[in-house]
Amino acid sequence: MGSRLANVLDSEGHEVTVVDRNQQSFRRLREDFGGRTVLGTGIDEDVLVRAGVEGADVFVATTEGDNRNLMAAQLAQKVFDVPTVIARTYDPGRSEIYEKLGLKTYCPTLVGARLLHEMILGKE
Amino acid sequence: MYIIVVGGGKVGYYLTKELLEQGHEALLIERKSERVDQIIEELGNVALKGDGCEVATLEDAGARRCDILVTATGDDEDNLVSCQLAKSHFGVPRTIARVNNPKNERIFRVLGVDVSVSATNLLMSMIEHEMPRRALLHLLAIKHMGVEIVEAVLPSGAPSLGKSLTELSLPVDSSIAAVMRNGAFKIPSGQLTLEEGDEVIAMCKGERESELRTVLLGSA
Repeated sequence: MGSRLANVLDSEGHEVTVVDRNQQSFRRLREDFGGRTVLGTGIDEDVLVRAGVEGADVFVATTEGDNRNLMAAQLAQKVFDVPTVIARTYDPGRSEIYEKLGLKTYCPTLVGARLLHEMILGKE
Repeated sequence: MYIIVVGGGKVGYYLTKELLEQGHEALLIERKSERVDQIIEELGNVALKGDGCEVATLEDAGARRCDILVTATGDDEDNLVSCQLAKSHFGVPRTIARVNNPKNERIFRVLGVDVSVSATNLLMSMIEHEMPRRALLHLLAIKHMGVEIVEAVLPSGAPSLGKSLTELSLPVDSSIAAVMRNGAFKIPSGQLTLEEGDEVIAMCKGERESELRTVLLGSA
């Protein structure tokens, strides 16, 4: 999902940097991807600085781990003052609690369930 | 006291064992069921199988009435989230986290964890105490103010030798707190002139430390 988002944003002309701890993941980026790639974990402040977090307008955390996303997003928001920060969180419970703490979260579980519900019963 | 420990590795296991021996009520939360069984066999019914980062598990563990929650897993992100849930959702008064990446010791406090402990930083400060030359020893950190209390033993050739305290151009946000000479305490008045072998106790803001070292000991 991260690489797909990166490809779209890049083709729209935005400046995009992808951080991943696995080199293989960068192969999912399109051949003409014009952004940067940084190898490392997004919960390490040194890695984030290398990725240019200090001047970023938007930071999105979409790894497979809820806690990793929540930690990386809070680093971006509270330590590096990135204005717009979003963390993917599968667990609806954690998603709700961190929303209350002022972090924007995207919960695929809730969104997916809603979509499936619509597909089964039609839009209300 | 009721203390919840998250993570049943070596750190969490021995911590729980010590707490129980000291007469506290302690519960260990661990994800792997074989490990939970093993701990129950050794320590009694004091382990709960579950994810300490899930609200439901913390609820089962009685987080609402817990006095201290300690996270001791090998993953910093799990330790952080567990402490934050305990604090914000269950109102646990004190949260303590083990950090694996030493840089997270500071970051965790910014993110609301009461106490963060890095074994690497502890070992580093032990090593610094063992090699006093040309370095400032960290005696104490007043962490919430970012102030360090440090000690320097002045070697021969140090730029500060023969200077009175008023003549030292100390960096801003730093001051000399005491000077020990031949085991005796000297009041740090402006006229006091520094000599070789003096033990100088100083306090400074963390970011001023290298400037202070240069003034007292010379550049590394």
